[in-house]
Amino acid sequence: MLRLHYNLEKLSMGLVVGIIVAASIGGAVEIAPLFTIDQTVEIPDDMRPLTPLELAGREVFIREGCYACHSQMVRHLADEIDRYGPYSLASESAWDHPMLWGSKRTGPDLARLGGKYSDAWHVAHLIDPRAVVPTSIMPAYPWLERSLDASDIGAQMGTLARLGVPYDDARLANAAADALAQSSPDSDGAAGVAERYGDNVAIRAFDGDPSRLTEMDALVAYLQSLGTQTRLPYAIMSEEQP
Amino acid sequence: MTGSRPHERDVDPVTGYETTGHDWNGIRELNTPFPRIVLWALALAFLYSVIAWILLPAWPIGRDFTRGLLGLDQGEMALAGYEKLEEARSDWMAAFADNPVADLAADPGLLARARPTAVRLFADNCAACHGTDGTGGPGFPNLTDRDWLWGGAPETIAETIRVGINSTDPDTRFAQMPAFGRDGMLSREDIVAVAKHVVALGHGQADPDSRGAAVFAENCVACHGEGGKGIPDNGAPTLISGHWIYGGDIQTVMTTLWNGRQGEMPTWQDRLSTAEINILALYVASLSENDGERDR
Ligand code: HEC
Ligand code: HEC
Ligand code: HEC
Repeated sequence: MLRLHYNLEKLSMGLVVGIIVAASIGGAVEIAPLFTIDQTVEIPDDMRPLTPLELAGREVFIREGCYACHSQMVRHLADEIDRYGPYSLASESAWDHPMLWGSKRTGPDLARLGGKYSDAWHVAHLIDPRAVVPTSIMPAYPWLERSLDASDIGAQMGTLARLGVPYDDARLANAAADALAQSSPDSDGAAGVAERYGDNVAIRAFDGDPSRLTEMDALVAYLQSLGTQTRLPYAIMSEEQP
Repeated sequence: MTGSRPHERDVDPVTGYETTGHDWNGIRELNTPFPRIVLWALALAFLYSVIAWILLPAWPIGRDFTRGLLGLDQGEMALAGYEKLEEARSDWMAAFADNPVADLAADPGLLARARPTAVRLFADNCAACHGTDGTGGPGFPNLTDRDWLWGGAPETIAETIRVGINSTDPDTRFAQMPAFGRDGMLSREDIVAVAKHVVALGHGQADPDSRGAAVFAENCVACHGEGGKGIPDNGAPTLISGHWIYGGDIQTVMTTLWNGRQGEMPTWQDRLSTAEINILALYVASLSENDGERDR
């Protein structure tokens, strides 16, 4: 066997073929399972996609690098369930492109964050974490109060729709309007958001000012949606727990 | 490169290893054999991967996947681990789920047992708003004083934690400070007058014959009580203790009066178990027992 390698090294084309064979075994083992991913990762019946505003907030989350300090995955460990809640399911991030599981926790995990804090707390915390948590080492993000550029949300949703996220024509056509309406609960469009995305969508003036659509609105809407897109993880917990 | 003689065995006299047989200006390169131990480790790793592949869930097949001979399931294992955790503390924790909070308060041994858990639960869930020590901050009330919005009895606190205040829960407690300015309920002059009166109340120097006092008597006592000393358990704070949720300076009081206030305390009944809520309620009640008087 060692002789084989010895001889192969002297035969460049043979070596190339050998490398291709070896590398493609590794590739196949990693890639082949993805061919049946749609069947293996079952989307829960009650799962809803992110609204346009939440999606815009997700972009802000990515842009600001929040994932560098915050994971979005409760691991399959008793202690994590105890602290954060039901463990994360693969299906919960099936519509995330890219997923934001993260790998480092300088701050707490955010997978079950939705509803844990008030909008007002999030706004105060993002503008200056030290204002509410005196010992926090999280950076301040005061610029999030600027206006949100919602012009490309529709196009982005179109791309995601092609990747299998259920944004139908009605959702795509109303993308920009829904983004605006979700943060102004008294507007005419607010009912449309609930109609298109379901009743467990929060429709509120997230930054406290319904007249302006800001990046803060988007990010807080996103944070409040984390872990609320499906109840399945909670159902699994309560089935097992008499 | 001169004189390469690839096919001849050539042994280096110092190390005893073969050389490559090439000769570069008199220098020869050792052809040290690959360490056996690495080869063995590699072979074992391969072997292990095959065994793991057979024993553990490994490969998708259509709608299902190979479950492996051991039949392990990460989700079930996690839940089993969690159940074990619950079981380990159930000897004392069950008492908190099964008994009325008022009775639990009478058992100091039980409270001492639960205290580390209470501190952890408070840090994980409440400290972000109410502070690590419960003293609060602007917009988030101090839980260590005795100025309660809704009441400081453990069972009342437990209810507040369960449903929240102005929360998304259908049974939420509800309390709103009206926006007297923005909604045009009072003239600007009246607001300035009553704001001054409120600031004076906080310092215990209010003038009962002032215009502000008159406006206060007409518009505010229904919620804040006679002389602003508060009405127990209706969600509106006392204005005479010198402890403020938002602030007792003239600017903050003006903001409060102009825009109104509706602080939100989230609901916890979906997130925390009954036992956990009761533990927290007793812990919060104990915070003011120890510190409330010292504060003043
Ligand atoms: C340098 C690392 C770091 C970065 C970057 C960071 N955070 Fe944090 N975050 C922390 C730490 C540490 C805490 C815990 C202390 C605190 O509450 O401020 C925290 C806490 C939080 C919490 C409260 C979580 C809980 O359950 O108590 C939220 C929400 C949050 N961060 C959101 C964000 C968002 C959104 C961003 C991006 C805009 C972000 N963080 C960026 C470190 C970071
Ligand atoms: C998002 C921030 C936030 C978090 C997290 C939070 N609270 Fe509160 N809490 C508030 C606010 C705001 C109020 C006052 C509501 C108002 O202004 O009417 C309040 C009020 C209360 C009260 C009522 C006090 C009174 O005077 O009657 C209690 C008790 C309380 N909180 C306990 C807790 C406990 C225990 C936790 C953790 C499980 C917790 N809070 C987590 C924001 C929070
Ligand atoms: C409908 C009941 C109601 C009426 C009427 C009312 N308030 Fe209030 N007020 C509240 C509630 C509830 C809060 C607590 C709001 C919160 O915590 O978010 C509050 C809070 C306040 C605060 C903030 C206290 C602090 O600790 O920072 C001030 C100041 C205040 N009220 C003054 C007044 C004055 C002056 C009037 C009369 C012009 C008035 N209120 C009338 C319900 C009322």
